[in-house]
Amino acid sequence: MSDRKKAVGVETIGMTMRFGAFTALDDVSIKVPAGSFHALLGENGAGKSTLVKCMMGFYHPTAGDILVDRREVAITSPKDASALGLGMVYQHFTLVPSLTGAENLVIAREKVPGIIDWRKERAALAQFMQRMPFKLPLDVKVAELAAGEKQKLEIIKQLYLGRSFLVLDEPTSVLTPGEAQEVLGLVRGMTKAGDLTVLMISHKFHEVTAFADDITVLRKGRLTGTGKVSELSHKRMAAMMIGDQPIAALDSRAPVPVGARQILTVKALKAPDRTGLKTIHIGALDVKSGEIVGVAGISGNGQKEFLEVLAGQRARDAGDVLVKGSPYGASRAEARTLNVRFIPEEPLRNACAPRMTVAENMAFRTFDLNEAGKPINWIKMSAIRDYAARLVEHFKVKTASLASPISSLSGGNVQRAVLARELTGEVDLLIVSNPCFGLDFSAVAEIRARIMKARNAGAAVLLMSEDLDELLELSDRIFVMSDGALVYETPIAQASVQTIGEHMAGHH
Amino acid sequence: MADTVSSAGAPAMFGAKSYPAALEWIARRAEAFVIPLAALIVGMALFSLFIALVGKSPVQLYETMWRGGFGSWFSIQNSLSRAAPLLLAALCVALPARLGLVVIGGEGAIVLGGVAAAAMGVATSGAPAFFVVLAMGVAGLAAGGIWIGAVGALRHYRAVNETISSLLMAYIAIALMNHLVEGPLRDPASLNKPSTEPLAEAYRIGNIPGMDVHWGLVVGVIACILSWLLIEKTRWGFAARIAGGNVRAAQVQGLAVGPLIVGFTALAGGFAGLAGMLEVAAVQGSANASLAAGYGYTGILVAFLARHNPLAIIPVAFLLGGIDASGGLIQRRMDLPDATVLVLQGMLFVVILFSETFYGRFKAFNPDLWQRPVLLKGTA
Repeated sequence: MSDRKKAVGVETIGMTMRFGAFTALDDVSIKVPAGSFHALLGENGAGKSTLVKCMMGFYHPTAGDILVDRREVAITSPKDASALGLGMVYQHFTLVPSLTGAENLVIAREKVPGIIDWRKERAALAQFMQRMPFKLPLDVKVAELAAGEKQKLEIIKQLYLGRSFLVLDEPTSVLTPGEAQEVLGLVRGMTKAGDLTVLMISHKFHEVTAFADDITVLRKGRLTGTGKVSELSHKRMAAMMIGDQPIAALDSRAPVPVGARQILTVKALKAPDRTGLKTIHIGALDVKSGEIVGVAGISGNGQKEFLEVLAGQRARDAGDVLVKGSPYGASRAEARTLNVRFIPEEPLRNACAPRMTVAENMAFRTFDLNEAGKPINWIKMSAIRDYAARLVEHFKVKTASLASPISSLSGGNVQRAVLARELTGEVDLLIVSNPCFGLDFSAVAEIRARIMKARNAGAAVLLMSEDLDELLELSDRIFVMSDGALVYETPIAQASVQTIGEHMAGHH
Repeated sequence: MADTVSSAGAPAMFGAKSYPAALEWIARRAEAFVIPLAALIVGMALFSLFIALVGKSPVQLYETMWRGGFGSWFSIQNSLSRAAPLLLAALCVALPARLGLVVIGGEGAIVLGGVAAAAMGVATSGAPAFFVVLAMGVAGLAAGGIWIGAVGALRHYRAVNETISSLLMAYIAIALMNHLVEGPLRDPASLNKPSTEPLAEAYRIGNIPGMDVHWGLVVGVIACILSWLLIEKTRWGFAARIAGGNVRAAQVQGLAVGPLIVGFTALAGGFAGLAGMLEVAAVQGSANASLAAGYGYTGILVAFLARHNPLAIIPVAFLLGGIDASGGLIQRRMDLPDATVLVLQGMLFVVILFSETFYGRFKAFNPDLWQRPVLLKGTA
């Protein structure tokens, strides 16, 4: 809103943050010069968000200093950070969907007058927008904006509030490849012009290479590398991130046998979407034994609803879902006889009861069966514990105890526990959604390896993911879902990121 | 437990030191005992302030409360008599709570259960006593079960908030009872207090031998034990706990969440209806406005204090029954209104709800936090 500010540079010196006995950040010094585009890399739990939260005044570091434009400053609250021109764009949108862009901008200001003179505000905003490199409709409700536009609005909001140093926390995770290119390109332009300094948290090496000047890598709270992007290969960056720990290798892909049995068939499926205003419509989808069919798409294009129909959580209006030729309604009995397994995204939210124990959670699929697979009415806790102990060992789930609540495990170990539960025994159809979302490198590699192994063992796998790289790595065929329908299909051999991205954005 | 895992090699990350499994077991369970107890003490301390503000001595009050509720064989029997309906009313809250539902309208099921049982008693009059009492029990169970089962069905199939609907349905139930006992079911001989026809003496439920406490107490205790077995030891209980822990996870596992919710709420309502039947058959002798004595609401407090554990309901119901029983003595001895004990109950309830925020906060109760410093000492 105020006068145009020049970019500021930020430095941290010897940042250390301890939570009780746990050291989240250990003597980290990074330097982000004014007008640069800096990338911060690291696995989950490496300390990236702790570092930026210290910069933003959310945490008070145990030791260390922050320099803004080479002057030592005390940032004790987000207010202080804001006064210095430091701002952050979060991974998930923080806009109010039911308000327009203009309203969102005005209410975000620190001092909003008791009575807002909208005519005056709009005039001021129009003037402000003329100086901005992005053009955006500000009189449209945020809910009606596309994800890319929302992300641009988030950035504009920071600039409007007078911030000239922005932390972008995985800013492209909700965007199509095209939108990501555009948004980062515009931000890059502003840093080049010296109007903005950017510190971007990212997992995507290709983005880092394309847009950033320098990188800093953290691992387990320590600084493990820094350098110019132009002088570093992806391999070198990965080595800095994960150290020398072994990464599970993907099984080589066995070819899909000719005449493989068709396991999942979806025909003319119609169901209402979340809002109840639109319908999702799946014309025809089939998955054969020993093949992974990927479904790409930006979140909110009906993938969730489609999965919910398959999982029996959402009623359908019309159409058929067949597994091995028999109608499938996702009841426990059907899932059991047809060997259907389901791994929803965010396992702690969707596949576990967080406050029940690890052992109980691992028994969700089998608690009502005895060793011989016959139904039982009386539960035996000792049998449940023994079963869980075996799976914990086999799938290398790290847990303090089987009696710990599953919410006490790390994200990767929750997902391992769920995989252990769902991939044990014979699997004919596996339906997976965003299995690696938010997990660290080694867990991701291991979980993808497990899925590939299940495929090679003959399971038909339907994989829905918002991570295009994951789909390209695992799938045999890829569908694109857009606006509630499957709009494009390609075998992996002919898949191009460009074309898939265009279909994701609905440009065809 | 811990040793099972060690043998599986999982917690290698935690280094050498480990704690005995028994200690871990005790720590994990102690939380649900210590926190409500502390809340009880804090609530009583706050109530002391209130009493001091009205100009009375809190010490004398608690002494009177002790004498009125637990100090003599007579008062203990009085407390046990009041605990009987509380046991069943608390189950009406505790069973749905395990499915993640907050049902607070048990009073409605009690009232309707009582009316249905009284009507059944009149209708089957003349039949053998055993048959009549059984039929009355079934009628009470069914009426309460349908009432609260409907709350569960509304919740699951129509997404109606169960807390509000159960409360509002309790008002409907009380109005329905008033209509029935003042109209179609009224005994013309009941002049001052409209009631149904009194049960013949032969059909009344008597006292446990050697005690001045009716058999309802035994029924309540058995219901609590059966409920505990259902939740902890059967597949339906396990399925209900999954659905209560995370309904999405239950649906993904293909569990029939709808029937589970309706079944559990119906059973819960059935127990409350049974409490109404016992009030009619063992205490009042007929159905009238005295059925709405507030047991359904005190039952909410009992269930929350017991952390919805059916076995813990037994001692807690006795405690609250005792507080209830002391009301009369407090009134007479200390010149305080009868409603004083309701103030205490209200304060306890607020403190109990507040204490919910403390779970998982104390390291002593959370073995998952014990090992952590060991890990860090080992590696740092």
